Amino acid sequence: MTLLADAFTVIAVSAGALLFLAGTIGLLRFPDTLSRLHALSKADNLGLGLIVLGLLPQAGSLSGGLKLVCVWLLAQLSAATASQLIAGRIHRRKSGS
Amino acid sequence: MTAVLAPTTLFGLCGAALVGIGLFVVLTHPSLLRRIVGFNLLGAGIFLVFGVVARRGAAAGFAGDPVPHAMVITGIVVAFSATALAVALLRRLLELTGRSTLDNGEPPDPEPRSKP
Amino acid sequence: MAQLFDLALVIWLIALAVHITMARTDQNAIIAFIAFGLLLGLGWVQLSAFDVALTEIAIGAGVTGILLLSAEAHMRKARTSTKATGTKIAKAEASTTGTVSKATTIDEGRRIGAVGVITTAIACAAVTVGLGFAVLLLPNPAPTLAPAAAAALDATGLGNPVTAVLLAYRALDTLLEKVVLLLALVGVWSLAPDRLWDGAPALRPAEVPEPLAYLARVLPPFGVLIAVYMFWVGADAPGGTFQAGTVLAAMWLIVMIAGLRQPPDTALKTLRLLLVGGPALFLAVGLIGFIIADGFLAYPEAIAKPLILVIEAALTLSIGVTLAMLVAGPAQKAREP
Repeated sequence: MTLLADAFTVIAVSAGALLFLAGTIGLLRFPDTLSRLHALSKADNLGLGLIVLGLLPQAGSLSGGLKLVCVWLLAQLSAATASQLIAGRIHRRKSGS
Repeated sequence: MTAVLAPTTLFGLCGAALVGIGLFVVLTHPSLLRRIVGFNLLGAGIFLVFGVVARRGAAAGFAGDPVPHAMVITGIVVAFSATALAVALLRRLLELTGRSTLDNGEPPDPEPRSKP
Repeated sequence: MAQLFDLALVIWLIALAVHITMARTDQNAIIAFIAFGLLLGLGWVQLSAFDVALTEIAIGAGVTGILLLSAEAHMRKARTSTKATGTKIAKAEASTTGTVSKATTIDEGRRIGAVGVITTAIACAAVTVGLGFAVLLLPNPAPTLAPAAAAALDATGLGNPVTAVLLAYRALDTLLEKVVLLLALVGVWSLAPDRLWDGAPALRPAEVPEPLAYLARVLPPFGVLIAVYMFWVGADAPGGTFQAGTVLAAMWLIVMIAGLRQPPDTALKTLRLLLVGGPALFLAVGLIGFIIADGFLAYPEAIAKPLILVIEAALTLSIGVTLAMLVAGPAQKAREP
Protein backbone atom coordinates (compact mmCIF):
# COMPACT_ATOMS: atom_id res chain seq x y z
CA MET A 1 0.00 0.00 0.00
CA THR A 2 2.80 2.42 0.92
CA LEU A 3 4.59 1.30 -2.23
CA LEU A 4 1.54 2.23 -4.28
CA ALA A 5 1.28 5.62 -2.57
CA ASP A 6 4.98 6.26 -3.12
CA ALA A 7 4.71 5.33 -6.79
CA PHE A 8 1.73 7.68 -7.16
CA THR A 9 3.72 10.48 -5.52
CA VAL A 10 6.71 9.97 -7.80
CA ILE A 11 4.56 9.92 -10.94
CA ALA A 12 2.40 12.92 -10.04
CA VAL A 13 5.27 15.10 -8.79
CA SER A 14 7.37 14.23 -11.86
CA ALA A 15 4.47 15.15 -14.13
CA GLY A 16 4.06 18.41 -12.24
CA ALA A 17 7.76 19.19 -12.51
CA LEU A 18 7.62 18.44 -16.24
CA LEU A 19 4.75 20.92 -16.64
CA PHE A 20 6.80 23.54 -14.81
CA LEU A 21 9.67 22.86 -17.19
CA ALA A 22 7.37 23.21 -20.21
CA GLY A 23 5.92 26.42 -18.79
CA THR A 24 9.38 27.85 -18.22
CA ILE A 25 10.46 27.01 -21.76
CA GLY A 26 7.30 28.71 -23.00
CA LEU A 27 8.07 31.75 -20.85
CA LEU A 28 11.52 32.01 -22.37
CA ARG A 29 10.66 31.18 -25.98
CA PHE A 30 7.20 32.58 -26.74
CA PRO A 31 7.21 35.82 -28.70
CA ASP A 32 4.73 38.09 -26.89
CA THR A 33 3.53 38.71 -23.36
CA LEU A 34 0.05 37.22 -23.72
CA SER A 35 1.28 33.85 -24.97
CA ARG A 36 3.98 33.88 -22.30
CA LEU A 37 1.26 34.38 -19.70
CA HIS A 38 -0.64 31.49 -21.25
CA ALA A 39 2.40 29.21 -20.93
CA LEU A 40 3.00 30.30 -17.37
CA SER A 41 -0.56 29.77 -16.20
CA LYS A 42 -0.42 26.13 -17.33
CA ALA A 43 2.66 25.54 -15.21
CA ASP A 44 1.18 27.40 -12.26
CA ASN A 45 -2.21 25.77 -12.11
CA LEU A 46 -1.75 22.24 -13.39
CA GLY A 47 1.89 21.80 -12.40
CA LEU A 48 1.43 22.96 -8.82
CA GLY A 49 -1.87 21.06 -8.67
CA LEU A 50 -0.17 17.81 -9.68
CA ILE A 51 2.64 18.34 -7.19
CA VAL A 52 0.17 18.98 -4.36
CA LEU A 53 -1.89 15.98 -5.44
CA GLY A 54 1.24 13.84 -5.45
CA LEU A 55 2.26 15.03 -2.00
CA LEU A 56 -1.17 14.39 -0.44
CA PRO A 57 -0.50 10.68 0.33
CA GLN A 58 2.69 11.75 2.13
CA ALA A 59 0.96 14.43 4.23
CA GLY A 60 0.59 12.16 7.25
CA SER A 61 -2.35 13.94 8.81
CA LEU A 62 -5.65 15.38 7.59
CA SER A 63 -4.72 18.92 8.65
CA GLY A 64 -1.40 18.62 6.81
CA GLY A 65 -3.22 17.62 3.63
CA LEU A 66 -5.72 20.45 4.04
CA LYS A 67 -2.84 22.93 4.36
CA LEU A 68 -1.35 21.61 1.12
CA VAL A 69 -4.66 22.11 -0.68
CA CYS A 70 -4.93 25.61 0.79
CA VAL A 71 -1.46 26.43 -0.57
CA TRP A 72 -2.65 25.39 -4.02
CA LEU A 73 -5.87 27.42 -3.77
CA LEU A 74 -4.05 30.55 -2.59
CA ALA A 75 -1.46 30.19 -5.35
CA GLN A 76 -4.32 29.84 -7.86
CA LEU A 77 -5.97 33.02 -6.60
CA SER A 78 -2.80 35.11 -6.69
CA ALA A 79 -1.65 33.70 -10.05
CA ALA A 80 -5.04 34.38 -11.64
CA THR A 81 -5.06 37.94 -10.30
CA ALA A 82 -1.49 38.63 -11.41
CA SER A 83 -2.21 37.30 -14.93
CA GLN A 84 -5.38 39.42 -15.15
CA LEU A 85 -3.48 42.52 -14.05
CA ILE A 86 -0.69 42.02 -16.57
CA ALA A 87 -3.09 41.19 -19.39
CA GLY A 88 -5.33 44.15 -18.54
CA ARG A 89 -2.37 46.47 -18.60
CA ILE A 90 -1.28 45.23 -22.04
CA HIS A 91 -4.84 45.58 -23.32
CA ARG A 92 -5.03 49.17 -22.11
CA ARG A 93 -1.66 50.03 -23.57
CA LYS A 94 -2.73 48.62 -26.96
CA SER A 95 -6.18 50.17 -27.15
CA GLY A 96 -5.57 53.36 -25.19
CA SER A 97 -2.69 55.72 -25.62
CA MET B 1 35.78 17.94 -2.79
CA THR B 2 33.00 16.51 -0.72
CA ALA B 3 34.13 18.69 2.20
CA VAL B 4 33.54 21.81 0.11
CA LEU B 5 30.17 20.43 -0.95
CA ALA B 6 28.97 20.05 2.64
CA PRO B 7 25.93 22.33 2.98
CA THR B 8 27.51 24.48 5.69
CA THR B 9 30.67 25.22 3.69
CA LEU B 10 28.75 25.70 0.46
CA PHE B 11 26.30 28.23 1.88
CA GLY B 12 29.09 29.90 3.85
CA LEU B 13 31.08 30.50 0.67
CA CYS B 14 27.88 31.66 -1.05
CA GLY B 15 27.37 34.16 1.78
CA ALA B 16 30.95 35.40 1.37
CA ALA B 17 30.40 35.89 -2.38
CA LEU B 18 27.13 37.76 -1.76
CA VAL B 19 28.88 40.11 0.69
CA GLY B 20 31.47 40.96 -1.98
CA ILE B 21 28.88 41.50 -4.73
CA GLY B 22 26.62 43.55 -2.46
CA LEU B 23 29.52 45.71 -1.29
CA PHE B 24 30.53 46.36 -4.90
CA VAL B 25 26.99 47.50 -5.80
CA VAL B 26 26.80 49.74 -2.73
CA LEU B 27 30.13 51.39 -3.52
CA THR B 28 30.00 51.81 -7.28
CA HIS B 29 26.52 51.70 -8.80
CA PRO B 30 25.33 55.05 -10.15
CA SER B 31 21.68 54.49 -9.23
CA LEU B 32 20.99 55.06 -5.56
CA LEU B 33 17.98 52.73 -5.61
CA ARG B 34 20.27 49.98 -6.91
CA ARG B 35 22.65 50.73 -4.08
CA ILE B 36 19.82 50.07 -1.63
CA VAL B 37 19.22 46.71 -3.32
CA GLY B 38 22.96 46.06 -3.01
CA PHE B 39 22.79 46.86 0.69
CA ASN B 40 20.14 44.15 1.01
CA LEU B 41 22.36 41.69 -0.89
CA LEU B 42 25.21 42.48 1.48
CA GLY B 43 22.91 41.86 4.44
CA ALA B 44 21.68 38.56 2.97
CA GLY B 45 25.28 37.38 2.63
CA ILE B 46 26.08 38.20 6.25
CA PHE B 47 22.91 36.45 7.42
CA LEU B 48 23.89 33.35 5.44
CA VAL B 49 27.27 33.23 7.18
CA PHE B 50 25.38 33.49 10.49
CA GLY B 51 23.11 30.68 9.37
CA VAL B 52 26.15 28.49 8.73
CA VAL B 53 27.46 29.23 12.23
CA ALA B 54 24.03 28.28 13.57
CA ARG B 55 23.88 25.05 11.57
CA ARG B 56 27.32 24.01 12.76
CA GLY B 57 26.32 24.73 16.36
CA ALA B 58 23.60 22.07 16.28
CA ALA B 59 23.35 20.65 19.80
CA ALA B 60 20.94 19.85 22.60
CA GLY B 61 18.62 18.10 20.16
CA PHE B 62 18.16 21.13 17.87
CA ALA B 63 19.01 21.12 14.16
CA GLY B 64 20.78 24.44 14.66
CA ASP B 65 21.81 26.90 17.33
CA PRO B 66 18.63 28.96 17.94
CA VAL B 67 20.51 32.05 19.15
CA PRO B 68 22.01 33.03 15.76
CA HIS B 69 18.64 32.15 14.17
CA ALA B 70 16.89 34.65 16.42
CA MET B 71 19.58 37.24 15.66
CA VAL B 72 19.14 36.73 11.92
CA ILE B 73 15.36 37.19 12.24
CA THR B 74 15.98 40.40 14.19
CA GLY B 75 18.52 41.41 11.56
CA ILE B 76 16.13 40.86 8.65
CA VAL B 77 13.53 43.09 10.29
CA VAL B 78 16.08 45.81 11.10
CA ALA B 79 17.46 45.63 7.53
CA PHE B 80 13.93 46.16 6.26
CA SER B 81 13.39 49.22 8.45
CA ALA B 82 16.72 50.66 7.30
CA THR B 83 15.68 50.02 3.69
CA ALA B 84 12.37 51.79 4.24
CA LEU B 85 14.13 54.82 5.71
CA ALA B 86 16.66 54.88 2.86
CA VAL B 87 13.89 54.67 0.26
CA ALA B 88 12.00 57.53 1.94
CA LEU B 89 15.17 59.65 1.95
CA LEU B 90 15.76 58.86 -1.72
CA ARG B 91 12.21 59.82 -2.68
CA ARG B 92 12.60 63.10 -0.81
CA LEU B 93 15.92 63.74 -2.58
CA LEU B 94 14.24 63.20 -5.93
CA GLU B 95 11.36 65.47 -4.90
CA LEU B 96 13.66 68.30 -3.85
CA THR B 97 16.41 68.11 -6.47
CA GLY B 98 15.04 65.96 -9.30
CA ARG B 99 18.02 63.63 -9.00
CA SER B 100 18.28 60.00 -7.97
CA THR B 101 22.03 59.72 -8.26
CA LEU B 102 24.96 61.21 -6.42
CA ASP B 103 27.23 63.29 -8.60
CA ASN B 104 29.40 66.31 -8.09
CA GLY B 105 27.77 68.34 -10.82
CA GLU B 106 26.11 71.63 -9.95
CA PRO B 107 22.59 71.12 -8.61
CA PRO B 108 19.96 71.26 -11.34
CA ASP B 109 17.31 73.91 -11.73
CA PRO B 110 15.69 74.38 -8.31
CA GLU B 111 12.37 75.07 -9.99
CA PRO B 112 10.71 71.65 -9.39
CA ARG B 113 11.12 72.22 -5.67
CA SER B 114 7.71 72.13 -4.02
CA LYS B 115 6.61 75.34 -2.35
CA PRO B 116 6.79 75.15 1.43
CA MET C 1 21.36 14.39 -4.43
CA ALA C 2 20.77 16.93 -1.70
CA GLN C 3 24.29 18.25 -2.33
CA LEU C 4 23.47 18.69 -6.00
CA PHE C 5 20.38 20.68 -5.05
CA ASP C 6 22.43 22.85 -2.67
CA LEU C 7 25.01 23.46 -5.36
CA ALA C 8 22.35 24.45 -7.91
CA LEU C 9 20.74 26.75 -5.35
CA VAL C 10 24.04 28.47 -4.54
CA ILE C 11 24.84 28.92 -8.23
CA TRP C 12 21.41 30.46 -8.82
CA LEU C 13 21.81 32.80 -5.85
CA ILE C 14 25.17 34.09 -7.06
CA ALA C 15 23.96 34.34 -10.67
CA LEU C 16 20.97 36.42 -9.55
CA ALA C 17 23.22 38.65 -7.43
CA VAL C 18 25.45 39.26 -10.46
CA HIS C 19 22.36 39.94 -12.56
CA ILE C 20 21.21 42.52 -10.00
CA THR C 21 24.58 44.26 -10.40
CA MET C 22 24.44 44.22 -14.19
CA ALA C 23 20.71 44.66 -14.91
CA ARG C 24 19.98 47.59 -17.19
CA THR C 25 16.98 49.01 -15.34
CA ASP C 26 16.28 49.25 -11.63
CA GLN C 27 12.90 47.55 -12.15
CA ASN C 28 14.66 44.54 -13.64
CA ALA C 29 17.11 44.41 -10.74
CA ILE C 30 14.35 44.62 -8.12
CA ILE C 31 12.36 41.77 -9.69
CA ALA C 32 15.56 39.71 -9.71
CA PHE C 33 16.03 40.64 -6.06
CA ILE C 34 12.55 39.28 -5.19
CA ALA C 35 13.37 35.99 -6.93
CA PHE C 36 16.69 36.01 -5.06
CA GLY C 37 14.85 36.38 -1.74
CA LEU C 38 12.55 33.44 -2.51
CA LEU C 39 15.49 31.20 -3.44
CA LEU C 40 17.35 32.33 -0.34
CA GLY C 41 14.34 31.17 1.67
CA LEU C 42 14.87 27.70 0.17
CA GLY C 43 18.50 27.95 1.21
CA TRP C 44 17.43 28.62 4.79
CA VAL C 45 15.26 25.50 4.66
CA GLN C 46 18.35 23.56 3.55
CA LEU C 47 20.13 24.95 6.62
CA SER C 48 17.23 23.68 8.83
CA ALA C 49 16.33 27.26 9.82
CA PHE C 50 12.59 27.22 9.15
CA ASP C 51 11.77 30.32 11.20
CA VAL C 52 14.39 32.29 9.30
CA ALA C 53 13.12 30.92 5.98
CA LEU C 54 9.61 32.20 6.74
CA THR C 55 10.94 35.60 7.80
CA GLU C 56 13.23 35.89 4.78
CA ILE C 57 10.42 35.11 2.33
CA ALA C 58 7.86 37.33 4.08
CA ILE C 59 10.05 40.34 4.86
CA GLY C 60 13.27 39.94 2.85
CA ALA C 61 11.52 39.12 -0.42
CA GLY C 62 7.89 40.16 0.05
CA VAL C 63 7.69 43.44 1.93
CA THR C 64 11.10 44.74 0.85
CA GLY C 65 10.17 43.83 -2.72
CA ILE C 66 6.91 45.79 -2.70
CA LEU C 67 8.64 48.73 -1.02
CA LEU C 68 11.38 48.88 -3.67
CA LEU C 69 9.01 48.27 -6.58
CA SER C 70 6.61 51.02 -5.53
CA ALA C 71 9.51 53.41 -4.95
CA GLU C 72 10.87 52.61 -8.41
CA ALA C 73 7.49 53.13 -10.06
CA HIS C 74 7.00 56.40 -8.19
CA MET C 75 10.43 57.69 -9.14
CA ARG C 76 10.00 56.70 -12.78
CA LYS C 77 6.69 58.55 -12.89
CA ALA C 78 8.13 61.61 -11.16
CA ARG C 79 10.96 61.74 -13.67
CA THR C 80 8.77 61.39 -16.73
CA SER C 81 6.35 64.04 -15.47
CA THR C 82 9.12 66.56 -14.83
CA LYS C 83 10.51 65.68 -18.22
CA ALA C 84 7.14 66.39 -19.79
CA THR C 85 6.86 69.82 -18.24
CA GLY C 86 10.38 70.51 -19.31
CA THR C 87 11.51 72.01 -16.04
CA LYS C 88 14.57 69.84 -15.85
CA ILE C 89 17.90 70.64 -17.34
CA ALA C 90 19.58 68.13 -19.58
CA LYS C 91 22.36 67.31 -17.15
CA ALA C 92 20.02 66.01 -14.48
CA GLU C 93 18.18 64.05 -17.10
CA ALA C 94 21.33 62.37 -18.34
CA SER C 95 22.24 61.30 -14.84
CA THR C 96 18.85 59.85 -13.93
CA THR C 97 18.73 56.10 -13.88
CA GLY C 98 15.53 55.34 -15.76
CA THR C 99 17.14 56.37 -19.00
CA VAL C 100 20.19 54.25 -18.16
CA SER C 101 22.01 55.63 -21.12
CA LYS C 102 25.68 55.59 -21.78
CA ALA C 103 25.73 59.09 -20.35
CA THR C 104 25.11 57.61 -16.92
CA THR C 105 28.14 55.40 -17.01
CA ILE C 106 30.31 58.09 -18.54
CA ASP C 107 29.16 60.57 -15.94
CA GLU C 108 29.79 58.03 -13.22
CA GLY C 109 33.08 56.99 -14.76
CA ARG C 110 34.26 60.57 -14.58
CA ARG C 111 33.46 60.62 -10.89
CA ILE C 112 35.44 57.65 -9.64
CA GLY C 113 37.11 56.56 -12.87
CA ALA C 114 37.76 53.12 -14.33
CA VAL C 115 40.74 52.73 -11.98
CA GLY C 116 38.47 53.44 -9.05
CA VAL C 117 35.96 50.81 -10.17
CA ILE C 118 38.70 48.20 -10.60
CA THR C 119 40.24 49.04 -7.22
CA THR C 120 36.83 48.76 -5.58
CA ALA C 121 36.22 45.44 -7.30
CA ILE C 122 39.55 44.10 -6.04
CA ALA C 123 38.83 45.35 -2.52
CA CYS C 124 35.38 43.68 -2.56
CA ALA C 125 36.91 40.45 -3.86
CA ALA C 126 39.41 40.63 -1.00
CA VAL C 127 36.56 40.91 1.50
CA THR C 128 34.91 37.88 -0.10
CA VAL C 129 38.11 35.83 -0.03
CA GLY C 130 38.77 36.78 3.60
CA LEU C 131 35.25 35.88 4.62
CA GLY C 132 35.50 32.63 2.65
CA PHE C 133 38.64 31.67 4.58
CA ALA C 134 36.91 32.58 7.82
CA VAL C 135 34.08 30.21 6.88
CA LEU C 136 36.50 27.43 5.96
CA LEU C 137 38.49 27.90 9.17
CA LEU C 138 35.55 28.01 11.58
CA PRO C 139 36.54 26.28 14.85
CA ASN C 140 35.78 22.59 15.20
CA PRO C 141 33.81 21.57 17.25
CA ALA C 142 31.68 24.66 16.72
CA PRO C 143 30.81 26.76 19.76
CA THR C 144 27.10 26.77 20.51
CA LEU C 145 24.59 28.40 22.79
CA ALA C 146 21.97 25.74 22.10
CA PRO C 147 22.16 24.14 25.59
CA ALA C 148 21.64 27.55 27.26
CA ALA C 149 18.68 28.22 24.95
CA ALA C 150 17.30 24.76 25.76
CA ALA C 151 17.40 25.67 29.45
CA ALA C 152 15.35 28.81 28.66
CA LEU C 153 12.96 26.59 26.72
CA ASP C 154 12.32 24.45 29.79
CA ALA C 155 11.80 27.52 31.97
CA THR C 156 9.16 29.07 29.71
CA GLY C 157 7.16 26.04 28.59
CA LEU C 158 7.50 27.03 24.92
CA GLY C 159 8.18 24.42 22.23
CA ASN C 160 9.90 26.56 19.59
CA PRO C 161 13.52 27.35 20.60
CA VAL C 162 13.70 30.43 18.37
CA THR C 163 10.62 31.97 19.98
CA ALA C 164 12.10 31.19 23.40
CA VAL C 165 15.33 32.97 22.46
CA LEU C 166 13.48 35.95 20.99
CA LEU C 167 11.13 36.50 23.92
CA ALA C 168 12.86 35.03 26.97
CA TYR C 169 16.56 34.20 26.65
CA ARG C 170 17.46 37.32 24.61
CA ALA C 171 14.32 39.39 25.16
CA LEU C 172 16.34 42.61 25.46
CA ASP C 173 17.47 42.35 21.82
CA THR C 174 13.90 41.89 20.67
CA LEU C 175 12.68 44.85 22.71
CA LEU C 176 15.39 47.12 21.31
CA GLU C 177 14.61 45.90 17.80
CA LYS C 178 11.02 47.06 18.21
CA VAL C 179 12.34 50.45 19.23
CA VAL C 180 14.52 50.50 16.09
CA LEU C 181 11.43 49.77 13.96
CA LEU C 182 9.56 52.65 15.60
CA LEU C 183 12.55 54.99 15.19
CA ALA C 184 12.73 54.11 11.49
CA LEU C 185 9.03 54.96 11.17
CA VAL C 186 9.58 58.29 12.96
CA GLY C 187 12.40 58.94 10.51
CA VAL C 188 10.21 58.11 7.50
CA TRP C 189 7.33 60.23 8.74
CA SER C 190 9.52 63.23 9.43
CA LEU C 191 10.52 63.32 5.76
CA ALA C 192 7.06 64.66 4.93
CA PRO C 193 6.97 68.39 4.13
CA ASP C 194 5.80 70.56 7.05
CA ARG C 195 2.37 71.33 5.64
CA LEU C 196 1.62 67.59 5.22
CA TRP C 197 3.08 66.54 8.57
CA ASP C 198 -0.04 65.03 10.15
CA GLY C 199 -1.65 63.96 6.88
CA ALA C 200 -2.03 60.53 5.33
CA PRO C 201 0.30 58.59 3.00
CA ALA C 202 -1.02 57.93 -0.49
CA LEU C 203 -0.98 54.37 -1.81
CA ARG C 204 -3.92 54.07 -4.19
CA PRO C 205 -3.04 54.31 -7.89
CA ALA C 206 -5.03 56.63 -10.13
CA GLU C 207 -7.23 53.78 -11.29
CA VAL C 208 -7.63 50.43 -9.56
CA PRO C 209 -7.91 47.45 -11.93
CA GLU C 210 -10.95 45.29 -11.25
CA PRO C 211 -9.03 42.02 -10.48
CA LEU C 212 -6.99 43.82 -7.80
CA ALA C 213 -10.12 45.10 -6.07
CA TYR C 214 -11.53 41.57 -6.20
CA LEU C 215 -8.37 40.12 -4.64
CA ALA C 216 -8.43 42.80 -1.93
CA ARG C 217 -11.96 41.74 -1.03
CA VAL C 218 -11.40 37.96 -1.11
CA LEU C 219 -7.89 37.52 0.31
CA PRO C 220 -7.80 39.46 3.62
CA PRO C 221 -10.11 37.16 5.64
CA PHE C 222 -7.89 34.17 4.76
CA GLY C 223 -4.77 36.24 5.31
CA VAL C 224 -5.84 37.29 8.80
CA LEU C 225 -6.69 33.68 9.60
CA ILE C 226 -3.24 32.57 8.39
CA ALA C 227 -1.61 35.32 10.47
CA VAL C 228 -3.44 34.23 13.62
CA TYR C 229 -2.45 30.62 12.92
CA MET C 230 1.22 31.57 12.37
CA PHE C 231 1.25 33.54 15.60
CA TRP C 232 -0.41 30.70 17.52
CA VAL C 233 1.84 27.85 16.30
CA GLY C 234 4.87 30.12 16.77
CA ALA C 235 5.02 29.07 20.41
CA ASP C 236 5.76 25.46 19.50
CA ALA C 237 6.62 25.31 15.79
CA PRO C 238 8.20 27.56 13.15
CA GLY C 239 6.26 30.82 12.94
CA GLY C 240 5.76 33.67 15.35
CA THR C 241 5.24 37.40 15.72
CA PHE C 242 7.36 38.65 12.82
CA GLN C 243 5.93 36.32 10.23
CA ALA C 244 2.36 36.83 11.42
CA GLY C 245 2.85 40.60 11.62
CA THR C 246 4.17 40.64 8.06
CA VAL C 247 1.13 38.75 6.76
CA LEU C 248 -1.15 41.21 8.58
CA ALA C 249 0.77 44.13 7.07
CA ALA C 250 0.46 42.61 3.59
CA MET C 251 -3.31 42.24 3.99
CA TRP C 252 -3.74 45.82 5.15
CA LEU C 253 -1.53 47.08 2.33
CA ILE C 254 -3.50 45.26 -0.35
CA VAL C 255 -6.74 46.75 1.02
CA MET C 256 -5.21 50.24 0.97
CA ILE C 257 -3.68 49.84 -2.50
CA ALA C 258 -7.01 48.66 -3.92
CA GLY C 259 -8.58 51.77 -2.40
CA LEU C 260 -11.12 49.89 -0.28
CA ARG C 261 -9.82 51.78 2.78
CA GLN C 262 -7.85 55.00 2.86
CA PRO C 263 -4.48 55.01 4.65
CA PRO C 264 -4.99 56.62 8.08
CA ASP C 265 -3.72 60.09 8.98
CA THR C 266 -0.38 59.77 10.70
CA ALA C 267 -1.75 61.94 13.50
CA LEU C 268 -4.54 59.46 14.26
CA LYS C 269 -4.54 58.54 17.97
CA THR C 270 -5.62 54.92 17.43
CA LEU C 271 -2.86 54.38 14.89
CA ARG C 272 -0.19 55.74 17.21
CA LEU C 273 -1.56 53.69 20.10
CA LEU C 274 -1.37 50.52 17.98
CA LEU C 275 2.19 51.34 16.94
CA VAL C 276 3.45 51.91 20.47
CA GLY C 277 1.18 49.37 22.19
CA GLY C 278 3.24 46.23 21.61
CA PRO C 279 6.65 47.56 22.64
CA ALA C 280 5.09 49.48 25.56
CA LEU C 281 3.44 46.32 26.90
CA PHE C 282 6.70 44.42 26.44
CA LEU C 283 8.57 47.12 28.37
CA ALA C 284 5.91 47.26 31.11
CA VAL C 285 6.02 43.49 31.63
CA GLY C 286 9.82 43.74 31.64
CA LEU C 287 9.71 46.36 34.40
CA ILE C 288 7.18 44.36 36.43
CA GLY C 289 9.77 41.57 36.26
CA PHE C 290 11.73 43.54 38.89
CA ILE C 291 8.89 42.91 41.34
CA ILE C 292 7.46 39.49 40.47
CA ALA C 293 10.61 37.77 39.15
CA ASP C 294 14.40 38.04 39.20
CA GLY C 295 14.80 41.31 37.33
CA PHE C 296 14.24 43.23 34.09
CA LEU C 297 12.51 41.14 31.41
CA ALA C 298 12.36 38.06 33.64
CA TYR C 299 9.13 36.13 33.90
CA PRO C 300 7.88 34.10 36.89
CA GLU C 301 8.04 30.49 35.77
CA ALA C 302 4.42 29.60 36.53
CA ILE C 303 2.87 32.16 34.15
CA ALA C 304 5.76 32.53 31.69
CA LYS C 305 3.98 31.00 28.71
CA PRO C 306 0.67 32.93 28.95
CA LEU C 307 2.62 36.13 29.61
CA ILE C 308 4.79 35.56 26.53
CA LEU C 309 1.70 34.83 24.41
CA VAL C 310 0.04 38.10 25.51
CA ILE C 311 3.21 40.08 24.70
CA GLU C 312 3.46 38.29 21.36
CA ALA C 313 -0.13 39.10 20.44
CA ALA C 314 0.37 42.81 21.12
CA LEU C 315 3.71 42.76 19.30
CA THR C 316 2.20 41.02 16.26
CA LEU C 317 -0.37 43.80 15.88
CA SER C 318 2.25 46.52 16.38
CA ILE C 319 4.66 44.94 13.90
CA GLY C 320 1.90 44.56 11.31
CA VAL C 321 0.92 48.22 11.58
CA THR C 322 4.55 49.43 11.67
CA LEU C 323 5.58 47.44 8.59
CA ALA C 324 2.53 48.60 6.62
CA MET C 325 3.16 52.24 7.54
CA LEU C 326 6.85 51.90 6.65
CA VAL C 327 5.87 50.68 3.18
CA ALA C 328 3.22 53.41 2.87
CA GLY C 329 5.91 56.05 3.43
CA PRO C 330 5.64 59.68 4.57
CA ALA C 331 2.42 61.68 4.39
CA GLN C 332 1.51 62.88 0.91
CA LYS C 333 -1.93 64.36 1.49
CA ALA C 334 -2.78 67.15 3.88
CA ARG C 335 -5.03 66.24 6.75
CA GLU C 336 -8.72 66.75 6.09
CA PRO C 337 -10.09 69.26 8.55
